[in-house]
Order: sequence, then structure tokens, then C-alpha cells
Amino acid sequence: MQLTDLTMLELAAKLAAGAVSSEEATRASLARIQQVDPKVRAFLRVDEAGALAAARASDARRKAGGPASALDGVPLGLKDIFLTEGVETTAGSRILEGFVPPYDATVVRLLKEAGLPLVGKLNMDEFAMGSSNESSAFFPSHNPWDVSRTPGGSSGGSAAAVAAREVFGALGTDTGGSIRQPAALTNTVGLKPTYGRVSRFGVIAFASSLDQPGPMTRTVADAAALLQVIARPDAQDATSADAPVPDYSADLEAGVRGLKLGVPREYFTEGMDSEVEAAVREALREYERLGATLVDVSLPHTKYALATYYLIAPAEASSNLARYDGVRFGLRAKDARSLRDVYALTREQGFGAEVKRRIMLGTFALSSGYYDAHYLRAQKVRTLIREDFTRAFQQVDALLSPTSPVPAFKLGEKVEDPLSMYLMDIYTLPCNLAGLPGLSVPCGFTKAGLPVGLQVLGRPFDEAGLLRIARAYEREHDFFRRSAPL
Amino acid sequence: MPVSDFQPVIGLEVHAQLLTQSKIFCGCSTAFGAEPNRNTCPVCLGMPGVLPVLNQRVAEFAVRTGLALECTIRPTSVWSRKNYFYPDLPKGYQITQFDQPICEHGRLVIDTPLGEKVIRILRIHMEEDAGKSVHDAGGGQSLVDLNRAGVPLLEIVSQPDLRDADEAVEYLKAMRDVLVYLGVNDGNLEEGSFRCDANVSVMPKGSTTFGQRCELKNLNSFRFLKQAIEYEIARQVDVIESGGKVVQETRLWDVSKGVTRSMRSKEEAHDYRYFPEPDLPPLHVSAEAIDAAAQALPELPRAKLQRFTSQYGLPAYDARILTAERPLADYFEACAGHYKDYKKLSNWFLGELMRLLKEEGTPLSALRFTPAQLGALLGAVDQGTVSANAGKDVLGEMFRTGKAPADIIAEKGLAQVSDTGAIEAVVDDILAKNAGEIEKYRAGKKQVFGFFVGQVMRAMKGKGNPALVNELLKKKLGD
Repeated sequence: MQLTDLTMLELAAKLAAGAVSSEEATRASLARIQQVDPKVRAFLRVDEAGALAAARASDARRKAGGPASALDGVPLGLKDIFLTEGVETTAGSRILEGFVPPYDATVVRLLKEAGLPLVGKLNMDEFAMGSSNESSAFFPSHNPWDVSRTPGGSSGGSAAAVAAREVFGALGTDTGGSIRQPAALTNTVGLKPTYGRVSRFGVIAFASSLDQPGPMTRTVADAAALLQVIARPDAQDATSADAPVPDYSADLEAGVRGLKLGVPREYFTEGMDSEVEAAVREALREYERLGATLVDVSLPHTKYALATYYLIAPAEASSNLARYDGVRFGLRAKDARSLRDVYALTREQGFGAEVKRRIMLGTFALSSGYYDAHYLRAQKVRTLIREDFTRAFQQVDALLSPTSPVPAFKLGEKVEDPLSMYLMDIYTLPCNLAGLPGLSVPCGFTKAGLPVGLQVLGRPFDEAGLLRIARAYEREHDFFRRSAPL
Repeated sequence: MPVSDFQPVIGLEVHAQLLTQSKIFCGCSTAFGAEPNRNTCPVCLGMPGVLPVLNQRVAEFAVRTGLALECTIRPTSVWSRKNYFYPDLPKGYQITQFDQPICEHGRLVIDTPLGEKVIRILRIHMEEDAGKSVHDAGGGQSLVDLNRAGVPLLEIVSQPDLRDADEAVEYLKAMRDVLVYLGVNDGNLEEGSFRCDANVSVMPKGSTTFGQRCELKNLNSFRFLKQAIEYEIARQVDVIESGGKVVQETRLWDVSKGVTRSMRSKEEAHDYRYFPEPDLPPLHVSAEAIDAAAQALPELPRAKLQRFTSQYGLPAYDARILTAERPLADYFEACAGHYKDYKKLSNWFLGELMRLLKEEGTPLSALRFTPAQLGALLGAVDQGTVSANAGKDVLGEMFRTGKAPADIIAEKGLAQVSDTGAIEAVVDDILAKNAGEIEKYRAGKKQVFGFFVGQVMRAMKGKGNPALVNELLKKKLGD
């Protein structure tokens, strides 16, 4: 067994025992990246010097007897959407190529304070718009379980890096499923916390009312430990929640006996891959065996979620991306001769097709004369979707469903068909619209050896409940022990 | 139809920079005059990933202003984004309030030749200022200074209740007085910390349907506001008279040419694509906070003016000057506690005190003497201890040194001579030396009397009690 096969908590235990140093673990991670990333292409950039310096500082702290946190010294990767002071951050876009942030995102600061070496920045769909990592301006990442396939998106680089054991864990962001869907496609755990649980300050915005950073790890316990570091009220984020942060690991092993778990019938629809459905149904039976009661529930407005999402998210994005204008940072078109040129040419050259499509969608949705019919109506439907969940959670403790309707698809397969790409997120979007926490946990493999993910959705701020429910299932199978055939 | 057959209809939009120490959504300083782009941070530069956090003082100032203008305060108001591209707008949108502003339905009373008039306030909302673009900086370049980006503004929108340029000027002055009294704005039109746009239209007299309006910009003085509105009224009447139609557009006041000229038409107008700002939760203002703000509200200029006329029996002219600025009014009231002839006190304020303040460029807050000392000086003048003229010198000395008036009078030997015997001796001496002038006087050249007074006072170094000097001279000259 290699050092990189350890989970975050296993490594943390070895670090605590003095059996291994953070520098050794970081060097192992860097070596693994060098070995497999040419195939996986998860990293946009590796910060070897920064990571090793942080690792050595961690070792020194530990020697002095004062580790900064339970995860001090555990190397981590970051989706390239998190601002890192002094380290280029692009959000997968040409328009930010060469942009070196002057400050750290709040979560980056928290990770640094907790002593985690940050080994590099991970590939993503441009501005987190996409479900396959193919809208990255630089290159697509590959699924370690089948390198001809996508690792999902938009946090595909993060998922691929964790699945390929290039890093012990990573942070992603989830606007419509961007943490959970790639986790499902790569046999990893992805947790989207409740909206407001984790600070968005310093996270490049896609859709402000939907974006939420979260952990991407190999195990449920790792996700709990990593969430523990980043879940915190932040005075620099007015939408961050004041809610107290519980100990996410305390009840992890408490099981599901006596819990009522809802199965939303709208989440088992036509178009779902039969092997995905079979794996998820088997997981549901497993939960019954473990003592939970399954309850059939209905979320009647689910069918409007996709349309609602594709009005609200692009609307916010069209405004959030206005700052990439070539005036102060990032790309400025060299051939611009006038102010109009600076805007038009910079944005023409700097943004990819998917980003442009969404800016146009959003601009249209907000335009005078169309606002009421589109944006305002979408906000009303969003309320109805949220109320669906509120009603369901009066009956049940959590909801179970597939994370993605299909396993990892071939790179290139859906690039020409945006709508079929958008449909990848139908089970994950409603959770963002409602601001709820959601988690994807490995739930077996198809015959072709492609991972399947089980989604657990919960009440606001019940991340601990989701982790406990996911852990009960994970403990029965330990799918995370399987390593990708690289 | 001549201009007089048309009724102008005017509404004003006032933009007032709030006197907070820091910007509306970040901790940067709002100080004016720093080196360009010095007062900036990732938030007000619109860097990727930044988020706004509301400076609570801004909401407090907005509530205070809303209450002073008799507005309804919304318990929950909503932030919106106004989207447009401009180099001095770092995020590509301005955070402002749109359909749910913090204050609505207020009023401001102004004076017109026909008496008081109520101008209704449509709304007041909070927003961030943009930066400043400097064009033609050389080499065909434009420069951007973002020090002002994120400075908090209140936008105060009136109903179209104003009917001519003079009313508009009155309204703007009254608004400035209120904001300055409240301590929320410095009222500086020249530096642009207090600025206004005017919406102007005309309609035939007697009509109830407003004409097409134009928005006037670049009105950075009361004079320009008046000139621009008057020009615009005449222009619109001209357009209609020559069979044309006024088109809705934004027009810029051209100071050098004295005309308004088209800046952009309605077709060129931006679609701002307003939508609720997802990065900021709605702003809640509790009933308790509103009550507390109402309790803490200072007396406003108009109420103070009325009280100065009734309580102190002052003419409107005096009261207006004394209440124009809150510190002066406060100081007058402090002095009125020590001297009860309020009109005479007012005369000293309007005359000597204001002259000294202006000449020496001293702010009222730096005065070296106390209200009690000023009261004592005026009492001394009344009692004849010192002449009114010498009293002015004493005040000047108090102004410069802060010494007590009694000490100055004693030191400088300014005490007035009211000893009849002493004055009579001088009068006799002067008359004896000027027999020729006495003859002229007796021949009917009465203005020679002034000559005698002057001679006596000069001989007495200005310290003779003028009433006694007059009285004795008249007696001796045989009147």
C-alpha cells in the first residue's frame, strides 16, 4: 500500500503518531501527480514549492508539540475557483489566465490556518458552467476509472484528483450539482453544505444564490473532518449563516436505525440508466436492512427545477461575469482600439462558448419586458420547490436518490448537445434551488466498472445527519478501498 | 403660444454622499483628495470572489434622513443590481435599491413668493458611488480613479411638484440645509458630494397631462441649476412651438455655452436589468431602531427658523441667517442665555461676529470666548461702560486672545467717560477753538453739528459717552 492510498484521517493518524511526516506525504502526493496526471489531467497547476514549505512548517509545528488542527499536514487540492494569494487562479477561463490574486479566499485562509499543504489548483468547467469538465478553456480532465470518459463537472478536476489518489482530498464548489455529480462519477464522496454554511468570500462567483463550496474526499469521515475546518460564519460574507457548527464526526457511526428516509418518486424517472437505478435500489434495500424506514414521498415541482435553474443561474452569472471587462485584471484584447473594443473583443476572446451561451441566456432573462415572465417567475417557482422539500422533511429525516441519472459518459459525447448535458443535473439542481445540504456517496459500479453515486438530501444545516446516513451505507461496502485502474 | 402660456413641471433627483468614515461595502476610507486609487481594496476594485458587507452607518444615515423628510421607513428594504458597463464601475453593476427602497412618501416644505409649498418626496434609496473617469489624459488615454467607488450615496427623488427654476433652487437649498443639519452630508456642490439631476417638461397651462420630460445633468451649482432649467424650458417650448415633439433624452448642461445638449436618447438608454442583489440579504430596520432615530433627530432648519422668530422675536431675515448653519444657531442660543436683548444680540452676530469669523477664517468651533463673555460685553455696552464702537474693538480682542471683556476694557483703557463735568470741559474747549464753525451752525448749517461731535470724540479718544456728548453740545450751541 502506498502512502497516497491512505484516507485523510488515516494519514492524520500516522502524522499524529509520528510514523510519517507531512513532507513525506506531500512528496508522495506530488510524485503521484507526476506519475498519473499526464493521463488524468486533473491539475491546472501544481504549487510544489508552496506545498512543501507548508508541509515543512506543519512538521515543525508538530515537533514543537502544537499541531494547528486534526488535519494539520494533510495535503489537499483546490478547485481553481478558490482565490489563492500569489498563486494564479483562473476558474478554467482564458479571461483570467495569468491572474494572480492579491488575497486568499476565506476557506483557503482557514485551510492554511489548519495547516493543510495546498498542492495545486484543479481543473474545472469554465466558471463552473458545465457537467463534464469539457468547458475548461485549457483541457478536459479524464475519469481515472476510464480515461476515455469524463470525471463529471464542474468540479471534475477535484473529483478526478481524489479518485486518482493524487491528493488526499479536495475542495469543490456546487451550484447545481458540481460537487456531487463528479463525486458520483468517480467513486468519491462529495458534500454540498447548506447555502451559507461555508463562506463564499474569495470564491469566484458563478451564481451567487446557489454557489456553495464543499469537501470532496474518498470517505464520509474525511468529508466530515474537512467540513469541520471550513464550516464557519464569515463576517466578509453577508449570506453566511450564523448557525452553530456542530461536531460533524460525533454521530458518524450512529447508524440509521429508526430513521425515516424518503424516496422521492420524481427522482426515479425515465432516462435513468438501468444499472444506476439497480445500484440505487439495492442501496435503498440496504438501508431497510440497517433499520431505516423507507417512505415514498413526492416533490411535485421537480419537473420545473431545470427550467428554473437555467433562468436564475445564468441571470446571476450574466451580472457576476460583467467584471471581466479587460479594464483591471486578466485578459485585455491586444487589438482593442476603443472602449467598446476592450469590452467586446476581450469578452469575445476570453470567454468560451458555454459561458457566452449562459451570459446571453441570463441577459435575456433579466431584460426589460422579459423579467417578469422569466426571472421573476423562476423565483416564484423556486419558492414552490423549496416548499416541496419543507413538506417532505415534515415526514422524513432525509431523502435518497441517484446523484446522476447516468454513469460517466464519453468525453465529447454531449459537447454538441447542451440540453442533454444540462439534464445530467436534474437530481442535483433542486437541492441548490432550495439551499439544502446534499451529499453523494459511492454506491457500487456498473458492469463496465463505472462508479455509481447515491445522493442524500437533508434539512437545512443537517450536514451531520447526512454524513451519518451516508456513513451507515459506506461502512457496509467500503467501495472507497477500490482503486481506479490507472 | 409664448413661454408664459406653458407650465413647466420639474422634479429633482439629489445624490448626497454620506459622511461615513468608510465606504458602503468595505472598510476603505471615504476621504476626499487622496492619491488616485489609494483608497481601494479587492472589494471596491471588484476583484473576482469579493462580496459586499453593508456598513451599518449608511442605513442609520438613511433612516435619519428619511425621518427628517417625513418618509415612511420600510421595515424590509431590498438591494438590487443595476447592470451596465463603464470603466469606472468596477463590478459591471452598481449595488443600489430599486423597487423596495428604504424610504418613501416624504415631503419637504419650501418658501415661494406665494407662501409655503409642500414638495413631495417619492423615495430615498442607498447606493454605492462609481469611480471617476478622467478623459483626454494625454496620448488619447482615459484614466480611472476608483477612490470614490463604493462611497455611500443617498438618492432622494422628488415628485414632479416644482413649477419653475426658482422653486427648484429653493428645494435644492432646503434639501441641502436639512442634510447638513442632520450631519449626513457636507452639502458641497462643487466637489460633487452633493449633486442633482433635474427632470424637466412643459405642458400648456391648464393641462393636466405632463409633457415629455428630459433629464438634465451636470448641474453642479445653484446658478447652473437655475440657468439649465430656464434654458431647457425655453428650448422645449421652442420645439413645440415650431411644430416638433420633445423627445425623451438625457441632456448635459454645457457651462461654457450656456445650453443643454443631448447626451443620449431613450433608444440609447441602458437596459439596466435590475434584479435583487443575491450577495446581500434584505435590510431589516426594527420599529425600535426607527423610534430611537426619531428621538435623536435634531431640530430641523425650518422649525428652528420659525422658533427663532417666535421665541426671540427676530425678523425673518435675521432668523434665516442665524439658522442657516446649525453651529451658528446653537451658538446664538447659548449667548441668548446670557443676554436678553435678542435683536441687539442678533445685530452683533450678523455684523461684527460674522465679519470677524469671515475675515479671520475661523470656524465657530474654534471661538476663544464663551457665550457668557459675549453677553457681558453687550451688557457693558448697554450700561455705557464702553461705547458701541469701542465694544467692537473689545470683541475683536476677545476673538483674538480669548481674554475677558472687563480685562480688555481695563487694559486698553476703553472705559467710556460718562462724567458730565469731564465731557463739558472738552466741549467748552472745542467750541472755544471753533468760533467760525459755531457761526455757520447758527446760520443754519446744521451738519456742522457732526463736526463738533467728531472733534469732541477725537479729543476724548472715542471714550466719551456719545449720548452725553450730543446732549451737552446741543445745550451749549443753544438748541
